[in-house]
Amino acid sequence: MDQHHTHNTGSRDLRMARSMCWHCQSEMSGEYFCERCVKVQPVSKETDYFTCFGLPRRLTIDLKKLEAKFYEMSRAFHPDFYQNKSETEQTISLGNAATLNTAYRTLRDPIQRAEYLLDLEAGSVKDIRTSPPSDLFEEILELQETVEAYRASDRTSETGRRLLTQLVAERQALDQRKQDMEHHLQQICTDWDALQDRGEATSQARTERDRLLKQMREILSNRTYVKNIVNDLAATIG
Amino acid sequence: MPRIVGIDLGTTNSLVAYMKDGKPCVIPGRTGRAMVPSVVALTDNGLIVGDSAKEHLTRSPERTVYSVKRFMGKGLADVQNELAYFPYSLTERGGVIRITLGEKSYSPPQISAMILKELKQRAEAHLGESITKTVITVPAYFNDSQRQATKDAGLIAGLEVLRIINEPTAASLAYGLQNKTQGTIAVYDFGGGTFDISILKLKNGIFEVLATNGDTHLGGDDLDRRIADLFLDEIRTAAHLDLSTYPDYMQAVRLEAERAKVRLSDELKTQIAIELPDGKGRYTRELTRDQLESMVMDIIERTLIPCRLALKDAELMPAQIDEVVLVGGSTRMPLVRQRVQELFDKQPHCDINPDEVVALGAAVQADILSGGTTDMLLLDVTPLSLGIETMGGVMSSLIRRNTTIPASAKELFTTYVDGQTGVDIHILQGERELVKDNRSLARFRLKVPPLPAGVPRIEVTFLLDANGILNVTASDMRTGQRQSIDVKPSYGLSDNEVEQMIEDSFKFAQEDVAARKLIEARLDAEALIVTTEKSLSEGARLVAQDMLAAIREALTALTAAKGGTDPKAIRARMADLEQTAKPLSVTLLDDSLKRSLQGKKVTDIT
Ligand SMILES: Nc1ncnc2c1ncn2[C@@H]1O[C@H](COP(=O)(O)OP(=O)(O)O)[C@@H](O)[C@H]1O
Ligand SMILES: [Mg+2]
Repeated sequence: MDQHHTHNTGSRDLRMARSMCWHCQSEMSGEYFCERCVKVQPVSKETDYFTCFGLPRRLTIDLKKLEAKFYEMSRAFHPDFYQNKSETEQTISLGNAATLNTAYRTLRDPIQRAEYLLDLEAGSVKDIRTSPPSDLFEEILELQETVEAYRASDRTSETGRRLLTQLVAERQALDQRKQDMEHHLQQICTDWDALQDRGEATSQARTERDRLLKQMREILSNRTYVKNIVNDLAATIG
Repeated sequence: MPRIVGIDLGTTNSLVAYMKDGKPCVIPGRTGRAMVPSVVALTDNGLIVGDSAKEHLTRSPERTVYSVKRFMGKGLADVQNELAYFPYSLTERGGVIRITLGEKSYSPPQISAMILKELKQRAEAHLGESITKTVITVPAYFNDSQRQATKDAGLIAGLEVLRIINEPTAASLAYGLQNKTQGTIAVYDFGGGTFDISILKLKNGIFEVLATNGDTHLGGDDLDRRIADLFLDEIRTAAHLDLSTYPDYMQAVRLEAERAKVRLSDELKTQIAIELPDGKGRYTRELTRDQLESMVMDIIERTLIPCRLALKDAELMPAQIDEVVLVGGSTRMPLVRQRVQELFDKQPHCDINPDEVVALGAAVQADILSGGTTDMLLLDVTPLSLGIETMGGVMSSLIRRNTTIPASAKELFTTYVDGQTGVDIHILQGERELVKDNRSLARFRLKVPPLPAGVPRIEVTFLLDANGILNVTASDMRTGQRQSIDVKPSYGLSDNEVEQMIEDSFKFAQEDVAARKLIEARLDAEALIVTTEKSLSEGARLVAQDMLAAIREALTALTAAKGGTDPKAIRARMADLEQTAKPLSVTLLDDSLKRSLQGKKVTDIT
């Protein structure tokens, strides 16, 4: 497996702690299977999803390779292949497969991947925005008024139709904005990866790191806000 | 590892299959047919299953259960609006429907277990070994309660259900194995009672389900009802006759509607004839395929909605589907094929028998579990979101629909009041916002040590296993101690009840065997009596008087034994009779041989 490891402030020690095989008590050297007795080992709770796939903590991921690795590991852990094994091994296989599935689902999606990395590096992102981001403030207020008016209107009337056209245009605009944000996020992700690759330990690098994480957090929460507005809008106008 | 068989426990028909030299094959019954109608009837001789039970649908409709799968994991309120269609009587106890047959009432898993037992016996007879382990298929859109009910049915039938797998994915296994397919496929499964759509990616032996959707209350049964309602209306107007008070005629109409529907898959028009009660003559009419199609168009359209939703969840356009596979008897309807073809813009495949493909796939999965097949692996998803009730009657989702299983989610719980010793948790399944619009799965009370509010930290793990069945565990984060949880299912049998049913079923199994032996002995005795009497009438002049008297005596003895209940006594008297009557039958044989030779030239006899 890939042995790159990022060394970041506050991150946990990624290498699975050297521990003992639950079965033969020998010191574990294999990754998920004991090298001595070949028994499956539980994926440690401390193992993050990047490490789980043997990947460095980077935001650009080759999805083909990720999929191939996911399939390979599914073949190693899936409960289907543990039917004839002991109950302990079956339990481990079930837990590992569930973890693997979550890891794959998270890393496969660029947004979830960034959210997850942010969580690992700087704590949870789930500070949910309740008011619009400042640059959207006016627009959103206006939108809310239009939605109210549309809801109150006779949909078949002239006004109703005019409001609907307005809302459809508004939805497109917001969709576009969401895409712009995703584009911006991608840029920051590339910057993040480049910074990590340089592996500098200067105070300048540290400041840059914090700046990128802060930006990431902001975009992610703004994007979630806009996404929810778009979804609500879609539900209203059908 | 003992052999594992694959079972398709269908609404209409059930089958059992196994893996033979790397190829799945279905197991036929004595008559050569592999399909067992999913019908159970209570007769004077006891419970019967399958083809013979189907004959009782019109003879004793109130004692003949069909489409029991519609009731699995359900309460009475769930099926309220279709009760009128079923001639047998349904009640509810402990959140579980009960079906009354004679003096007893049975839960849907018990009825299903009778069908499973029939399949089990069939497999045992065919393979010459005892069968105790199985994979059973369920509609992909079955919820946790329905899956659990299916597992219970297996247990009651004396089968360990090693895996519950989804019908469309099972079909994809059989299809993929046969055709070595790679790419994205859609499996459209339209049977008797349920509809499922699954979209999968097939790559190097991995069958990854991308999305699944469906309707567990949409199938050929609904088409039959639509047609039957038309007939009933016309009979009401034309003959001034309301058949709803005649359960037997209602069944006859339903069956005629189904037969007409099936015929119209091959023909453009068909003749309907139904005998009416009370000397009202007979109802006849012609039904054309066009008429049928316009009558049921909306039902067929309803199958397309889940298809579009599944595509959306898989983030695919119809054109990105490489192949469409048709499963289930209802996909034989030309209109269904046409609509599917239009939606996906490609000719659907139906090169594996749509009746058998699910059972074949179950056999493949059974082989994977037993270690026979190692290059194929199915990665399935949960069809419905899983969540818990939060403040204000809102469902908070923990595992989203279409998440690959096994899947787990952890939640941390604490207390709001000092010294609080428990937290009530209500588990739900569904896609709606509000608790009341989703399916209640279970409730349990989490035990908490009495501490100041907010101090206890109990982590609850919700795990959906590879069967899509929920397992809940909890542990106290402060002490690291695990807690056992007693989950009370909202619509399921309790463990105790299942155990009782297993016991009963075992008891009945022995009674059943005894009953079966008696029935068989009587039937054989009857046959022997008939042939002996025939011999007597033909050959009385060929044997001595005292011989005839002896035969008559043995015949009387057998007739008496046949009236009793001891199969051994019957067999003994049969042996006596055969022995006594032997000279007679030998003489008769010689005689007929002689006569058949008369008038023939020697050269003809070779
Ligand atoms: N040729 C046909 N044309 C139309 N419907 C058919 C045909 N053959 C079978 N069916 C219908 O298919 C349904 C049974 O399909 P099947 O796949 O065996 O169901 P299930 O899986 O629910 O047991 C019934 O409703 C039956 O009427
Ligand atoms: Mg079926």
